[in-house]
This record gives sequence, C-alpha cells and structure tokens, in this order.
Amino acid sequence: MQTRHAVDSGIALVEDTMKQIAIISGKGGTGKTILTASLAVLAENKVMADCDVDAADLHLILHPDIREHHEFRSGKIAVVKSWLCQGCGECVTACRFDAISDNFMIDPIACEGCGVCSHICPSAAVCMEENRSGEWFISDTRYGPMVHAALGVAEENSGKLVTLVRQHATRIAEDERRDYVLIDGPPGIGCPVIASLTGADLAIIITEPTLSGMHDLERVAQVARHFNIPAKVVVNKFDLNTTNTERIKQTTKDKGIDVLALLPFSEQVSRSIVRGVPLIEYGNGQIVKEIKMLWEKIKD
Amino acid sequence: MIISIASGKGGTGKTTVAVNLALSLHNVQFLDCDVEEPNAHLFLKPEIHSQNIATIPIPQVDEALCDYCGKCREICAYNAIAIFPGKENARGSVLVFPHLCHGCGGCSLFCPRSAISEIPREIGIIEQGYSGDIEFIHGKLNIGEIMSPPLIRQVKAYTNPEKTVIIDSPPGTSCPVIGSVRGSDFCILVTEPTPFGLYDMTLAVEVLEKLRIPFGVVINRSTIGNRSIDEYCRIKNIPILMHIPFEREIASLYSQGIPFVREKNEYRKKFHDIVRLSEIQQMVYRK
Ligand code: SF4
Ligand code: SF4
Ligand code: SF4
Ligand code: SF4
Repeated sequence: MQTRHAVDSGIALVEDTMKQIAIISGKGGTGKTILTASLAVLAENKVMADCDVDAADLHLILHPDIREHHEFRSGKIAVVKSWLCQGCGECVTACRFDAISDNFMIDPIACEGCGVCSHICPSAAVCMEENRSGEWFISDTRYGPMVHAALGVAEENSGKLVTLVRQHATRIAEDERRDYVLIDGPPGIGCPVIASLTGADLAIIITEPTLSGMHDLERVAQVARHFNIPAKVVVNKFDLNTTNTERIKQTTKDKGIDVLALLPFSEQVSRSIVRGVPLIEYGNGQIVKEIKMLWEKIKD
Repeated sequence: MIISIASGKGGTGKTTVAVNLALSLHNVQFLDCDVEEPNAHLFLKPEIHSQNIATIPIPQVDEALCDYCGKCREICAYNAIAIFPGKENARGSVLVFPHLCHGCGGCSLFCPRSAISEIPREIGIIEQGYSGDIEFIHGKLNIGEIMSPPLIRQVKAYTNPEKTVIIDSPPGTSCPVIGSVRGSDFCILVTEPTPFGLYDMTLAVEVLEKLRIPFGVVINRSTIGNRSIDEYCRIKNIPILMHIPFEREIASLYSQGIPFVREKNEYRKKFHDIVRLSEIQQMVYRK
C-alpha cells in the first residue's frame, strides 16, 4: 500500500512538473515562431508542438526529420449520385450553407458536412463521404521531439487538428518525462487558438507597439483570461514606437499582466529566417540577451 | 468588382494594403472579414452608424412534446445534442451544447414530434458606418467563440455590387479565409520575402487555384529578406503587383494607425494601377 502510494504520488509529481507554455499573439506576424524556436534552443528536455496548423512555419527553422506520419480525417462531405437524383430541389432548400447549386452540384468547399441534404433527399441520392483534411507528424529535431501538422488547404476543423497535435506532444512529454511542452500557437482568437491554449500553464503573448498589435493583444488577453490561463507579454520591435510601448506597459500593468521582455527591432531576425536557424543561435546583441533573460524568468 | 486581400501568413501587411487601396479609389465599400482580430477600423476610423448583433439559430427543445426518441441526436453531425431517456418515474432530458451547434437546422427539421424550435445565439456583432465616402462594415467575434465562418458570411451579405468592394480577409488558409475570399473577382496576396512568407504564400496560392480566383502578389518589406518571392512568381507566372520597401517611416505611420498614402501620395497612383492590372488579369484568366 505504502509503495503504491509512493508510485502514485510519483506520477502526480511528474505530471505536475511538466510545464506547457503556449506562445500566441492575436495578431499574426509579430514573431511567435521566432520566439518559439529560440525557446526551443534554450529550454532543456522539452517537446515542441507547432499548433499553427494553417500556416506551420516552425519546421523551416527546426528542420525536423519525420519519424511518424499520420493522416487526419475529420468531418464528412456530401456527394450527389447524379444518376439517382430526380431534381426535386429539396436539398437546395434545406442546405443552410449555400453549398448546393441550382443544378444540384455540391460545392465541397462550402459544404459543412451537416448531412441534412442526405437525410432529406427522397431518392437517397446524397451520400456523406469521409473528408481527408490533413496530415500530422511526429519528428525529431536537433532540439528534441516535435509534433506538427499540415492542414489541407481550404479545410476546416483546424481546432481538432490542433487538439490532436497538443495531445500527442503531451503524451510524448509524459512518456519521456520531459519538462516542457512549447506550443507555437496560431494567430487570432478563434477555435484553433482556444485549442492551443486549453490547459496550458502559461501563455506568452507576443505583440508589437502598433495600434493593431495593441488592439489584438487586448482581445487575445481576454481569451486567456476567459479560459483562466496566466498570461505574460513580450513586446517585439518595441523601439519602432516607444510611445505605444509605454502604453502597452501601462495597460498590462493595470490588468496585472507582466511584461516579460522588450525586444528591439533587429535585421538579424529576418536574416536568421532566411538562413533557417533559430535567432538565438544566429544572432547576438541585445535581442538575444533579452530572449535569454526572458527564458530565465519563466523556466521555473 | 470584389477584390479580396489575403495572405497565408499573418502580419505581412494585409490590412495596410487593403486600407491604402481603399483610400486610393472611389466609390468603395470596405468589408473587414478578419472577425477574430478586426483592425481596419484602427486606420479608417469610421463613424459607426449602426450595430447589429450577429446570431446563429440553435435548437430549443420543448420537453412537453419530446418523447426522447433520439432522432435529433442521430441527425446532428456535430454531437451538439445529448439525450437522457426517462426512467420509470423520472423524466428524461435533451441537452443542447450551443458551442458545438453549427445551426444547420437538421434537428428541428426532422424531429418527428415538432418539439424543436430555433432560438438565436449571439456570436458577435456587425458594425456599419462611413469613413469619408468609404462605406465601412466589420464583424467582431465574441470572446471565447469559435463560430467565425457564419459571422464572416453575415458580414459578406452586406456586399454591394455597385461599388468596388474591398475585403480584408483573415490570415491562414482554412475555413474562415475561404469564406472571405470566395466569390471575389480578384485576390491580392500580401507576403514578405522570407522563407516563412514564401512557404505560407505557396499555401495561399493553392487555395486560390482551388477556388479559381485570379490573383497577384504584393511584396511588402521587399528590401528585407531575399528574392525568393520574385523568383517563385516568375516561375509560376504570377503577376507581382507592387513592391513596398521596408521604411521606418511606413512602419512608424502604421504603428500610429495612419494609412501611408495619406503621407506618401505617390502610392495612390500605384494602388490605382493595381486595380487596372487586376482587370487585365481577370480577362486573361477568363480565357
Ligand atoms: S451536408 Fe449540409 S452543408 Fe453539405 S451540402 Fe448537405 S446540407 Fe449543405
Ligand atoms: S434532394 Fe435528392 S433528388 Fe432532390 S435534388 Fe437533391 S439530390 Fe436530387
Ligand atoms: S427528435 Fe424531437 S422528439 Fe426526438 S428526442 Fe429529439 S426533440 Fe425529442
Ligand atoms: S441545428 Fe444542426 S448542428 Fe445544431 S444541434 Fe441541430 S442538428 Fe446539430
């Protein structure tokens, strides 16, 4: 009984110490992936999860070797068997997503797979088919394992694919007793962002001192609060508009959110992307120093 | 004519291009379809005249009529309905999960006892107004809400074909983007000359080819990075509509929410030319 107990609490301890850090931004292009890639170098014993499945870029910096490759299917799509269709038009009226044309052809891009047309069709001419909507991978990188994905273009359900990527990254972290899961999140505040954030221990919101950046920071911080995820802010290119940077510092302070770091504008950033190496390994100077300090602040 | 502005990757300057284009033309209607993070209003500063709540219909079950037959649950493709059948002396119940419901109407249509009616559920708001003579409309998704495609559809329902309609679409390549650019006569892809920009643009190109929408590319911050986008466009025969160099002045105007054509008049003509180029591209495309 005693040992059993010890084992139990041992497991609990392992789970407890694993820290899931999501890097998100609200507004796109503020430097999420650059920061994630740099943290991937700094953090020891971690798993990376690229949850920007719409436009996954982390692989361009971390160069993963794909170990496992899986297909992702989600949802269904309606197909009309034209030889059975009598042209009654019931399906056109019933479809709320304008996915069926007046000559009873289904637009696979507009179809949301609700199946109403297949249920209503008096001649059983509509069938619902599985939709192949993406792929996901478990890979090795120089910096540790990485789970990533590619959503088929023009597909929906990136939220589900994000959840899948997250689940596998956490599973690997648990199996291999890794300390961190670093999540490169998508832009926005919708479904995939919520899927990236759920259950994370910390959200790092990276923004820039522009009106758009500030506006989006506000919205994404509300999302984090809504789901009870502690958030901290990084201001990228802070020196492009120091007045706005001051305003960000003030508003975050009022809301009780820490500003973790102010990163200066640096041409090294785009050069490191062109080279395909993490900024922290490529660059030097202030920005690198700031990122290292940032990591020291959050690693425990 | 409907022109949408898109970009695989976020933060490449979509809104900048959309706003400056709108300010360079006449008789414009501007639709901001980036409902998760709408930003165009920060630059166009429209006067808002009307606000409408955007909703989707979700089912409401009248349990006095329902006999827990399970038909609605069976119909629902999104697992938005659960049913707990009654036991000897306890009534059953039907549970609707509003956040999973797509509002397809299937359950109410097929309930054999007509026990289901539909009630609206708020997903965001749509605001309409004017910025000078630009008619401005945008949608704002509520916090914690996942149903952006229906809100985008509702914003697009305002489209006025009499005007030059400029649609600022969300970043990415999935559903919300498709919903925004679908039905456009021309799409302007905004990208930046880095491997991220290139990779994400190739995804966006695939989307547009799939949707059969003619398009061209604007390279933003063209002086930072490499020449990979120019190369790619040359090989794929994609017209490059404009290069916008990286300039601290442009970046600084942007950070203050000032559209750069207000200070740099020479760009108005360039944006004009984009529209003419797009007309030519559309003709070529049709052939
Ligand atoms: S499955 Fe639903 S969305 Fe697709 S065509 Fe049929 S009714 Fe329309
Ligand atoms: S409901 Fe069936 S038979 Fe009628 S038009 Fe649609 S596919 Fe054809
Ligand atoms: S289909 Fe109608 S009667 Fe049957 S369980 Fe659903 S609400 Fe009740
Ligand atoms: S309206 Fe459609 S999605 Fe919503 S609960 Fe009914 S069947 Fe499910």
